[in-house]
Amino acid sequence: MARTNDPVALDAWYAVETLSDVTRTPRQTRLLGQDIISCRSETGAPIVHAVGASHHLPVRERHGCLWTTLGKPDREIFEIAEAAETDRRFVPCGWVRLHASGPRVVENFLDMAHFPFIHTNILGAEPQTDVPPYDYEIRRDVDEVWATNCRFFQPRIAVTEENGDFVQLTFRVPTPFVVMLYRVCPSAPTRLDVIALFIQPMEENLCRAQPVMFLVDDRSAFNELLKFEQVIFLQDRIIVENQRPILLPLDPHGEIPTKADGSSIAYRRWLKEKGLRYGTTLNKP
Amino acid sequence: MSALCLYDYELDENCYKVRLLLAALGLTFRKIAVDMFPGAEEMAPSLLALNPTGSLPILQDDDLTLHGAEAILLYLAHHYDPSLQWLPRTPTLFGQVAMWLQFATVQCGASVLARRQSLFTAEAGEIGLLRQSKHALRIMDDHMTLREFDGDVWFVGTSATIADLALFPAIALSRDYGVEHEAYPALRRWMRKIRHLPGFLTMPGIPNYY
Repeated sequence: MARTNDPVALDAWYAVETLSDVTRTPRQTRLLGQDIISCRSETGAPIVHAVGASHHLPVRERHGCLWTTLGKPDREIFEIAEAAETDRRFVPCGWVRLHASGPRVVENFLDMAHFPFIHTNILGAEPQTDVPPYDYEIRRDVDEVWATNCRFFQPRIAVTEENGDFVQLTFRVPTPFVVMLYRVCPSAPTRLDVIALFIQPMEENLCRAQPVMFLVDDRSAFNELLKFEQVIFLQDRIIVENQRPILLPLDPHGEIPTKADGSSIAYRRWLKEKGLRYGTTLNKP
Repeated sequence: MSALCLYDYELDENCYKVRLLLAALGLTFRKIAVDMFPGAEEMAPSLLALNPTGSLPILQDDDLTLHGAEAILLYLAHHYDPSLQWLPRTPTLFGQVAMWLQFATVQCGASVLARRQSLFTAEAGEIGLLRQSKHALRIMDDHMTLREFDGDVWFVGTSATIADLALFPAIALSRDYGVEHEAYPALRRWMRKIRHLPGFLTMPGIPNYY
C-alpha cells in the first residue's frame, strides 16, 4: 500500500508506539500507508524512519507514547493538563488492531446511545437508554470539537463503583485521530478522570488504537483498571468493524442523524471543513 | 468447601471456556485478573512458578494447581458435577468428549493464534492460520450437520458437555479474526443452544444481541 497524499492526514502528529516498547530493538508498523520503523539510538533518543528511507522523521515522547508525523504539522501535540498531576494513575491499555477507518473509531467513542446495548451493565443498561440533551461545538480558538454537559445513566461507571448513577461526561476531539473523555471522578467528585484513545491509521480501512487512561484512583489494582477498559474497547471493536460504509460519510445527506448524534455531526462537519479524505468518503467516486 | 481460584484474562478464549463451566455449575470462585496483553504477565516468574508453559488459565483448588483449559474443564466436571452431565462416564460418550476436547486444543489452536494476531499485532495475519481455522470450523460444522439429521443438538450425547464449551469460542469469536458465520449454518444453530445454557455469559467479541 502506498503512502497517502492527503495533506490533512500527513500534516498531523500520530502516536505509533507505547514508550515502554521503544527500545534498541527496531519495531515496524504502518502509518497512513507508509511502513515505518522505530527504535532508540545508543544515546536513548527515539528514532523513527520510513522503510527504505534513511532520514529521520520528527518524533515526540508525549502521553506515554512515541509520536511522529509524515508531514509538517503546524502545531505541537495537544496538551492533557491532568496528565501532569502527580497522583494520577497512568494506564496504557495496549494497541488493538481494527479493520475499520480511524474516523469511524472516533465517532463510535463519541456515541453514548450505544452504551446500554454494547456495554450492557457496565456503561449502560436497558431501559435507561435515553441520551439527555447535551452541548456540542467546534471550538474555533483551539480548533477542536467538544461535547459538554453530557449525562448518561451507567450501572457501573468505574472500577471503584458498584452502584449505578448518572455519570457526567465531557468529550474532546483534539485532532481528527484522537478522541478523549473527561469523566467526573466517582471517588473524587471535584476532579476529572481522563481517558484518551490514540488512533494510528494504517490504511484507510485499517488502524491500531490504544486507550490511555489518567485516573484518580488509589484503590483499584492496576490489572482491574486495565481489564475494565479493555473489555469495553473490545466490545466496541466488533461493532465498529461491522459499520457500513467502511469510510466515514461526510455528506450530510448520506445518513439521518438524531439529536443524540450532535457530537458526531460536529465532528463530521469539522473533518469536512478540514478536507480530510483519509478514512472518509470525501472526494471518493 | 474448597477455595477455587482462577487466574484469568478477560479477553482470552481459553479462560472464557473455564468461566463458562464455572458459571454453568454455579460455583463460586476467586478471579485474579492477569495482564496478558500488553503486560505478558503470564510469562512473569510468579506465574511461571504456577504454570511453566506460560499460558492461561490457571486454576487452583486448595493445594491443587492446574493449567490448560481442557484439563481444567475435565477436573471441574469430574469433581463438581454430581449429575455427570458435563462429563458423561459411559465409555462411548466419555471417549467422544475426550476426542473433541483434544480437537479444541489442537485443531482450534490455530484460531487462538489467528485471533491474537488480528487483535494485538501490528502486522497482517498469517494466511496459513486462517486456513487452518476455517478447516477446523468446517469439520465442526459437518459434524453438527450430521448430528442434526439424527435430531441431536450437542456435539456428544443428548445434553451439553464440556466438549461443547471447549469448542464454542473458536466459532463464537471467529469474527475477531475475520471469519464470518454465514458459512457454518449448523454451528450457528448450535451456538443459539449454547446461549441458553444455565449461567451462560458473553465476553467481548461475543455480543449480547445476536
